[in-house]
Amino acid sequence: MVSKAIKVFSLSTCSHCKACKKLLNDLSMDFDYIDVDMLQGEERKAIIEEVKKHNQRCSFPTIIIQNTVIVGYKEKEIREALNK
Amino acid sequence: MNEIEKLYDTLRKVQEPQGYFFNKDKERVFELLEALVANRERYGYMACPCRLASGDRGEDRDIFCPCIYRKPDVEEFGSCYCSLYVSTAWNEEKIPHVYVPERRPPEKIRF
Repeated sequence: MVSKAIKVFSLSTCSHCKACKKLLNDLSMDFDYIDVDMLQGEERKAIIEEVKKHNQRCSFPTIIIQNTVIVGYKEKEIREALNK
Repeated sequence: MNEIEKLYDTLRKVQEPQGYFFNKDKERVFELLEALVANRERYGYMACPCRLASGDRGEDRDIFCPCIYRKPDVEEFGSCYCSLYVSTAWNEEKIPHVYVPERRPPEKIRF
């Protein structure tokens, strides 16, 4: 299961998701990510439900930074949430 | 010329006359075209790389690339949801590059 303070729900094929992961890496942030399209069966259903709790539309990337939820690659909002 | 370059040229010839241009960031475009090919291999159709496909051809018809949301998105934002297809104004930076929200109705999304 996802445990870090920063979680990224992503798709392996999504360029916005890749840009988000790159930004977090460039900022040397410690984060977990899950490429939901690579999941199957019950695990996939469980993770989709978790995404929906934060983002009812279940679009990607869905980024959780402590209690802040950011939907989409919004660099300014991500930096602000990270105080970077 | 590899498969992706061929796909790039083929799609350009078809899409540009319709007013849809590839993002000037060629690296991004090639990344997305590779993703479309990957989706065609795993699902049998070029499902949108930035949306979670259900794997059911019928359910995902609206997000076959180019998706049915491209037209209104490019009209409103100058870019499709993935930033694969954009307008000339977007490429020439005459309009701001803004986040394109998900236009697909939630009820259409099957997992």
